[in-house]
Formats: sequence, structure tokens, C-alpha cells
Amino acid sequence: MDLMVIADNMPAYLAGFRMTAQLTIVAGLGALVIGLTVAAMRVSPLGSLRVFAATYTELLRNMPLTLIFFFAVLVLPQFGVVLPLGYWTAVGCLTAYTSVFVAEAVRSGINAVGVGQAEAARAIGLTFGQSLTSVILPQAVRSVIPPLINVIIALAKNTSVAAGFAVVELTATGRRLAQQNPADVVLVLAGVALFYLVVTIPAGQLANLLERKVAFAR
Amino acid sequence: MADSTTAERPSAGAAARPTGEPLIVLEHVDKHFGALHVLKDVSLTVHRGEVVVVIGPSGSGKSTLCRTINRLETIDSGTITLDGKPLPAEGRDLARLRADVGMVFQSFNLFAHKTVLENVTLGQVKAKKVRPAEARATAMEILDRVGVADQAAKLPAQLSGGQQQRVAIARALAMKPQALLFDEPTSALDPEMINEVLDVMVGLARDGMTMVVVTHEMGFARRAAHRVVFMDAGQIVEDADPETFFTAPRSERARDFLSKILTH
Repeated sequence: MDLMVIADNMPAYLAGFRMTAQLTIVAGLGALVIGLTVAAMRVSPLGSLRVFAATYTELLRNMPLTLIFFFAVLVLPQFGVVLPLGYWTAVGCLTAYTSVFVAEAVRSGINAVGVGQAEAARAIGLTFGQSLTSVILPQAVRSVIPPLINVIIALAKNTSVAAGFAVVELTATGRRLAQQNPADVVLVLAGVALFYLVVTIPAGQLANLLERKVAFAR
Repeated sequence: MADSTTAERPSAGAAARPTGEPLIVLEHVDKHFGALHVLKDVSLTVHRGEVVVVIGPSGSGKSTLCRTINRLETIDSGTITLDGKPLPAEGRDLARLRADVGMVFQSFNLFAHKTVLENVTLGQVKAKKVRPAEARATAMEILDRVGVADQAAKLPAQLSGGQQQRVAIARALAMKPQALLFDEPTSALDPEMINEVLDVMVGLARDGMTMVVVTHEMGFARRAAHRVVFMDAGQIVEDADPETFFTAPRSERARDFLSKILTH
């Protein structure tokens, strides 16, 4: 066992870590935007939007992430959609997959905001969109920050699926380093695990901080 | 004002007769909640400047009636017009209508994440596109009128129930509505806070605000109402001035109801 194996391969680790962090951030932002939109559609007064959002959610929520990747890589090209293999495919799949969990978390938050708040907003003449953005979502989002951070932590770990689809992020880096250093597999993988913790533990801390900061009495 | 309509109606009761043309008109309104027929062929006219108190046992449809007027509840058949125009079904027109008919709820429903001042400015800025500075000035003026100007910077949860309900009234007034609907505004309040809210409502009535008030406060009905509407089982059973209603109710159901609530 050579403890130096992590230090020696630091550039490779950092490159893998950078890719993992980048996938998490880009797909995370995309998932937040799409998830909020889907959640808004889910409570919209228009039946067609509700049906669309529900179908989108059920479809993606109940499919394994790996299968979504396979669809993007193998099936979409048959319909003329050829995503460049690698980074953007990964971003697309992770965004779509994560967005439904964001949507479901936000929807539970919307449901937790009393129906009276929406009625009061409508009663002073706010449109559906205004009620949502000024009254409902600001309260809903506060109560869903902890579950949302959990979704993002899950996303950070899910980025490892991209390792199987030509994206060299942390897990792919770990696999390569393990093959190159068969004697130090345990250390190599422990190093990978440490880098994941660098992303996920601060996220958990942030959740606690935000939760205290945005708390308000009902 | 249109005196012809006033002349047609008998003049009696504790409060001065209102002067005004019909503002809110419900005609043959029916409403079901599933199998439950909550409003049965209800017709009601509220004139401008008139205060109509709606009373009745729980489940009689009085809250539903109140909520149909700004379309928080849809109706199955019949028509509701405001100032001669039918209620819009949805969209921006409906939003505009709601800005024109204020509503005060039993459970206040102040926006929990916004300060008292923001609660009163939000509708002005978003729905009426009033400039923020102007909206704040209006809000402070109205908060002062209902006696909670000193609470402007607080969050609703920091206020007593009576103060919250007065803020809710201010929030509705800030839209400069043509009429105000009150859905059991004092039912969620501790007894010692009921009067501070009723006093504000009596003040509004004196100032000529058109009001539909669903309440169990018979004292308010006597002091401020021009008409009392008694509902039972989804129907308007009696529609009379307060004096007549409380002293000589015509229907058996109204007599029965009054005997139950006025004995203590």
C-alpha cells in the first residue's frame, strides 16, 4: 500500500472532481428551473398542463437513471435527435431525471402552504402567475429547502452514472486509477469517496444554515 | 343617486336606508358540492352602500353564497352580476373583478412571509400597478384608519388575532373595492378582540361601504345592517330589515334559530 497514490494522482482527481462538480451545478440549476416550472404546471388551473406535468413526472421518476442515459444515447438518435456523447448528454439526462424530484419536493411545499393563502392572493386580484410567484412559491420554497438539498446531494452522487457514458468524472477517474494502481485500490477509491464528501457534506451544512435563515412563523 | 330604487323598498330598521342602484345581483343561483345541494335557487340583490348581514345555521350555505360573489366558488347555474356586468369566468378579467370586491376571511389569511405593510401594498402594486411609494402611503393611511399603523413592520404571526383581522380589512380596502365581503370575520377571534374588529366594520358601514357580512354577531346586525338575510338548507328563507327580523321573524325556521342563539 502506498499512501502517496492519492497525492501522486492529485491532478487526475481534481480534473474528475471538477467534472463532477460541474455536472452537479449545471444539471442542478437546470433541474431547479424545470422542476419549478413542472411544479407550477402541476397546480395550474389548466387541466392540460396538469396532465402533461403529471405524465412527465411519473415517467421520469419511475425510470432508472441509467435507462434514461441509454434512451438518450440509443433511442433518441432513431428519432433524429443526436446528442453529442459525453458531457451534454449527461447534463441533459441528469437535468431531466433530477427535475421531477425537484418538482415533487416543490409541489409538497406548495401543498403545505395553506389554501387560504392562495384564496387571499386571488381575492386581492392577483392572477394565477402572480399568486404563485409572490405568495405561494416564496413560502413553499422555504419549507422545501431541506428536501431540495437532499435532491441535490442525490444528484451529486448520480453524476457517477455518467462514468458509463464517456464522461470522465470522479467515478470514471477512480476506475481508471484503480486499474493503473491495482495494489492500492482501497486507497484510490477512498480518495474518490473523500472528494464526493467534499461536495455533499457542505451541501448538508448549507441546508441547515438556509433552513434557520429563512424560517418564519406561520 | 338613483332614488327610484330606494323608494321602492320599505324604509325601516335601525340604520339609515342606503341610497344606491343594485350593485351585486344574484339570480337563481344553484351550486352543488358533489351530491350536496348547497345553494338552491338563490336570488339576492345588494344595493350600493347597503350592508347586508347573512345569518343562518352552519351548513346553510351562507359562506358559499359569500364566496360565489367573487367567484372563489363557481356556480352551477344562475347569474351573478356586479354593477350590471356578469362575473368573468377566469383569467385577467376575473382577477380585475376580484380586486374590485374585497374579501375578509374567517382565518385572516394574511401573507405569512410578508410584513403587515407588504400585505397591504402587494395587491396595489401587482394588480393595480400603483407605484410602490404611493402604495405604501395609501397602505399607511388605511392601517392608521384601522388602528394598526404602529404594527406595519411586523410579520402577521407577531400580531394578535384582532390586529391581524384589521390588517386583513386594510388589505382589502387598499384595493379601493366597490364592495367588501366578510366571511365570518370574528368567528376565529378571542372574545375580547371581537369588538375591535366589529368597530372597524361599523365604521366602514357608516362611511357607506357596500358590505355582505356572514356573521353570528347579532349585535353587529342590529347596529350596522340595513338588511338581514336568513339562510337555511341552501335557501334564503327570510330577507328583512334587522328590526323586523329580530322582533318579528316570519318563518318558523328563523324563529327557531333565533330562539337558540338569543337565549344566552
